[in-house]
Amino acid sequence: MAFKALTPAIGKAVRKVARLRGGGTAFPGKVVERIDPGFMARTLAQLPYGVVLVSGTNGKTTTTRIVASLLEGMGLRVFTNPTGSNFTRGVVSALLDKVSVGGRLDADIAVLELDEAYAVHFVQRVRPRYTLLLNVMRDQLDRFGEIDNTARLLGKAAAATTGTLVLNREDPRVAALAGVAPKGTAVRYFGLDDSLVSFFPTDDSMHCELSGDEGAAGAGGGAGSAGAGAAGAGATIHDDAAEDSADSADSAHTRPADVTLLAVDGHAARFGMDGRTYDATLRLEGVYNLFNAAAALAVVRAVMDDVELARRSSAEAAASSKLAAQKSAAAQKSSEKSSKPAAQTRAELTDRMIAALSEVTPAFGRGESIDVDGVPVELILVKNPMGFRLSLGSFPAQGHRTMIVINDEYADGRDMSWLWDVDFDSLRATGVDMVSGVRATDMALRLAYDGVEARAVDEDIPRAVESFVRSHPDEPKYIYCTYTAMLAVRECMGRLTRVEDAGL
Amino acid sequence: MSDMANANDGTADVAAAANANDGRVLDIVTLYPRDMNIYGDSGNVLTVRRRAALYGFTPVVHNYNQGDEWPEHVDIVLGGGGQDQGQGTITDDLFARSRQIRALADDGCPMLLICGMYQLFGEYFQTVEGDRLPGIGVLDLVTVGQPVRMIGNLVDHTEEFGDVVGYENHSGQTFLRDGGRTRPWGRVDADGTGNNGRDHTEGARYNAVIGTYLHGSVLPKNPRVADYLIGEAARRRYGMERLEPTAQGADELRRLDDLARRAAAVAASRPR
Repeated sequence: MAFKALTPAIGKAVRKVARLRGGGTAFPGKVVERIDPGFMARTLAQLPYGVVLVSGTNGKTTTTRIVASLLEGMGLRVFTNPTGSNFTRGVVSALLDKVSVGGRLDADIAVLELDEAYAVHFVQRVRPRYTLLLNVMRDQLDRFGEIDNTARLLGKAAAATTGTLVLNREDPRVAALAGVAPKGTAVRYFGLDDSLVSFFPTDDSMHCELSGDEGAAGAGGGAGSAGAGAAGAGATIHDDAAEDSADSADSAHTRPADVTLLAVDGHAARFGMDGRTYDATLRLEGVYNLFNAAAALAVVRAVMDDVELARRSSAEAAASSKLAAQKSAAAQKSSEKSSKPAAQTRAELTDRMIAALSEVTPAFGRGESIDVDGVPVELILVKNPMGFRLSLGSFPAQGHRTMIVINDEYADGRDMSWLWDVDFDSLRATGVDMVSGVRATDMALRLAYDGVEARAVDEDIPRAVESFVRSHPDEPKYIYCTYTAMLAVRECMGRLTRVEDAGL
Repeated sequence: MSDMANANDGTADVAAAANANDGRVLDIVTLYPRDMNIYGDSGNVLTVRRRAALYGFTPVVHNYNQGDEWPEHVDIVLGGGGQDQGQGTITDDLFARSRQIRALADDGCPMLLICGMYQLFGEYFQTVEGDRLPGIGVLDLVTVGQPVRMIGNLVDHTEEFGDVVGYENHSGQTFLRDGGRTRPWGRVDADGTGNNGRDHTEGARYNAVIGTYLHGSVLPKNPRVADYLIGEAARRRYGMERLEPTAQGADELRRLDDLARRAAAVAASRPR
């Protein structure tokens, strides 16, 4: 339809206008979705290697960034939605930016981050060839209802996957989705070594541990929490033994993983793949990003297996037409020969992925470090209890000044209950220098009940950021923020120092 | 959960706040924290524990899960919301304990039940499909599942405690029985909010039992309710007529209550 041929041009024009008026990331997408609902599916259908869909509660943006960087490192042209605008409209807007006016998308593969609810919308229109599902945690429950319902949403994405479904075997709700993979769709796992399981608690084990921790919290020391964690892990293993025969999702930890995170040490990670170990040092902050890297490696390996297969078969097709006259015995020999280098290629490919992994820089607002007069101020996005807890564990408060900014806009989640599922004991020794955001008083109250001193509470974000950053000019700082608080803090930082454009 | 660990914990609390109460023990039972733990209702446990200590008591928290031994003394019972799945796994055990729990409620033991546990304390829950899951009948009310959730910030106007602020998130519509011994806890302003979205009631009261849909957590931002639970417990176990903070406790309680007042005012002003 001639009308549809115009879609990219119209969309681009809207985008240009939206930029001039300082509009949001998703606005032009909204217009295009209305005038041409088929635009997204039609455009993405051009991609020779299809779509990689990344979803789950925590780590989507960074993992998407890692997957896209690794695939680019492997020589593919990648289309992605890197701004954390993880709704379908955001995808459409990003597509508008990249398609030619004739509607051609100059890419081999798309890597798309979609939140759980929008993933369902998306897969109704575009079936992903690869789906990577990270975890299910309590996040924005006011939007999705319940955690089990969130898992069901991810199940829709899993069930729509045509090529390879990559699952976190350590998250029972995610691992259980292997059961909904369509016939003919491969299922692969990424996982943790036994020694690391307690470092990366699942939603359920976190809540067990949290109720156990209450004993340790009032006792004035963290000594008890290790015990409680160990008890929690023990209980899980016990459940495994009991339910193994029932083929329960809890036994997923023993399923073979394509990529296993074997050891972590600061920014360094050791991965196990194909019976070999690979060491990498990442530029990403936070121990959980090392596990996200394992997730990314697993899906990139699945893609590259298909890419290599396609390259080999096209090379073989070319070769066989050339050598059509040659004897079949010789052809047989040559294919035997080529299978040996291919096995080496897999290890070589993995080596290249590991090298590319060390080059990946943090996504916007995810452990991003901003330099203020030579002193780093790290912005840390927190959006649910598990993420907050892992971040507190990853960024030791000692030697730093700490600020927490909590908003309750729709994108942050309106319900403040989640703050009570985070244990703030680790901030007790240093205290918190500034609490800000719409819900600053909620946060201050939460800290007070954990016996953590909040030295200043100011709901006005610009004033609070300036005061916090200017005080103690020689000391490095952490600012924990919810999503919209992050946008506001970043803007304030931009006025105080030079902040790289995140493309928003 | 081991009672020993929690008993030690309680001792630590009182060491920080020794006073005229001589560290009298208050036994706080949290119901099924392993499965009924959604939405930060653990904040209620923390609030009762901390405030009890600031009033000079030795709070001992018993995390009661399926199959655990029921504590010898029970002064306060706290229960939270859960997944459908979580509610399924605790039902058998809750029924096994229902006689003890009903006797405690009839005897004036203070209890706070949120969301899922509130529903389970009623007569039954009827699912969207029409199945009836029985409750333990402490409260004269029934709950009917519906496809649409009631979600958002909510102010509950109560006679006893004034405005109570929190956040509701439930798909069940709860109806109190006419003429029963259970009465609504408070009133809400808007249709589509509260117990059932229609009759503008929220929560339920019987003796010293409070059932409510309010998360938030509800007790930190509404400390009067926490103090009511502690006060009723102190009266029932020790015959005390009023709560007296310890010397240090008074300052800390003032600070907490000032923050709570400000946080509650902000919460009440936010969009749903």
